[in-house]
Amino acid sequence: MSANASSTIADTVLDLAHDFPILARPVHGKRLAYLDNGATTQKPLPVIQAESRFYEQSNANIHRGVHWLSQHATDLYEAGRATVRDFLNASRDDEIVFTRGTTESINLVAQSWGRANLEAGDEILITAMEHHSNIVPWQLLCHQTGAQIKVAPIDDRGELLMDEYEALLSPRTRLVCVAHVSNALGTINPVDEIVRLAHRAGALVLVDGAQAVAHQPVDVQAMACDFYAFSAHKLYGPTGIGVLYGRRELLQAMPPWQGGGDMIHTVSFEGSTYADAPQRFEAGTPNIAGVIGMAAGIDYVRAVGLERIAAHEQRLLDLATDEISALPGVRLIGTAQNKAGILSFVIDGIHPHDLGTILDSEGVAIRAGHHCAMPIMTRYGIPGTARASFALYNSTEDITALIGAVRKAQALFGITEAP
Amino acid sequence: MSDMQPDLRELYQEVIFDHNRSPRNYHGMERPSHVARGHNPLCGDELTVYLRVEDGVVAEASFMGQGCAISTASASLMTEAVRGKPVEEVEALFRDFHAMLTESQPEGRDFGKLQVLAGVKEFPVRVKCATLAWHTLHNALVGVSDTAKTE
Repeated sequence: MSANASSTIADTVLDLAHDFPILARPVHGKRLAYLDNGATTQKPLPVIQAESRFYEQSNANIHRGVHWLSQHATDLYEAGRATVRDFLNASRDDEIVFTRGTTESINLVAQSWGRANLEAGDEILITAMEHHSNIVPWQLLCHQTGAQIKVAPIDDRGELLMDEYEALLSPRTRLVCVAHVSNALGTINPVDEIVRLAHRAGALVLVDGAQAVAHQPVDVQAMACDFYAFSAHKLYGPTGIGVLYGRRELLQAMPPWQGGGDMIHTVSFEGSTYADAPQRFEAGTPNIAGVIGMAAGIDYVRAVGLERIAAHEQRLLDLATDEISALPGVRLIGTAQNKAGILSFVIDGIHPHDLGTILDSEGVAIRAGHHCAMPIMTRYGIPGTARASFALYNSTEDITALIGAVRKAQALFGITEAP
Repeated sequence: MSDMQPDLRELYQEVIFDHNRSPRNYHGMERPSHVARGHNPLCGDELTVYLRVEDGVVAEASFMGQGCAISTASASLMTEAVRGKPVEEVEALFRDFHAMLTESQPEGRDFGKLQVLAGVKEFPVRVKCATLAWHTLHNALVGVSDTAKTE
């Protein structure tokens, strides 16, 4: 690392690792450099405490009890909805549906909106860089309805070819599904323009925000998307809880997709009437503590400031990109102009899986494999990549550990002399 | 290499690097009597195992495909280990090899060069890498036409 790069980073560095208890534990006797944030982020103390405080002080089922605790738990749960609404700048609380995560949010749209609105010959336009969770639900829907999937291609840098995307929009296109940020390449897609073009063609747009919400501010009204999905666990919150944002009039017109308690007005053996959105889509007792933990995670991130987080991660990405590119035989996968803190790469002579094991032995946690995006790996003609992904608590020390461990792997595999 | 952890050296022995760099019997086969494909969906490793069995004995074994160092070296070592062995002995070797990586070293079994893969046992997520070729070999011998999976 050059002294220059290091002093530039020191100027804007976030120093928050101490808020994350797990980062203090060693792995294999080494300092943990956790660089698998694209898979899940670690949780800050306020999130852990919010969940345990809920169980210690406030636990009861919601929307049912006449007793005080039930009302208290309901208030906390609905306050979580308001926190998410504000975080996404949605216009109303009832545009926020709680789900198990991004995957369930996308499946909800496919099975509710999709089955009610699509027919044979209709088209769903996705991109070549989608995660499996933004491919497979649409394939299932196509089997059920006879609709077809079209795929907008990307270039070698991993940027969506906007001309081709625009050309693929047709009067038959009913829905466009696009990742805000690609989990495998780091590409930040121009969602505003994607939405504008889709709407002009008469199509709705679902944005998969799983990799975006922890790394940049999101404003669903400014973006003008119709649906936006994300998971709390990639946003410093708990697993098993996530969000579907949907425009009010769309959600109100959509049929239920799961039946049960809490999603009905009245039930008789002849038939039932359904609650309004969002309760219509929240059958059964939800992950109440999860919502409270998610809200605490959002509060934490907003207190730090998403612009500061974005700047911090961008500097780490730039530094890591420079340093890894200086090693022999390294090829970056995903070199878009506009990139989030995801560094995907392959190294001549070392399979990503071997690299993952060797890095792990040095305390460096990365993801190795196809990242649930097999079509992208096919597009680049590789079986998988090694992926380092950054979060607000990462530091230049983590990058030093990453680069040192990669050098060690290259020496071990006889590609370079031992360092 | 001196500051490397001992368990990592157990995994990546010199023999494994050698067979990864220059895999033995790495080619297709004109007229195999048995053939099967294997795939590890977790990491994308895939390979095809070819066998020529004559009078109940594996006369020739080869493989092609792509994978990590552990999977490539294991396939290469396997093709050497099974050549010249009766099919029943090969199947017994597969069972013992699998046991060595997932349970414990079988009593009285001399694994020869295959012993270098014993260290994989300490890396549970890599066991599938080392056993993919063997599952595929087994499928070839019992005539399963589906792609072998380690899942």
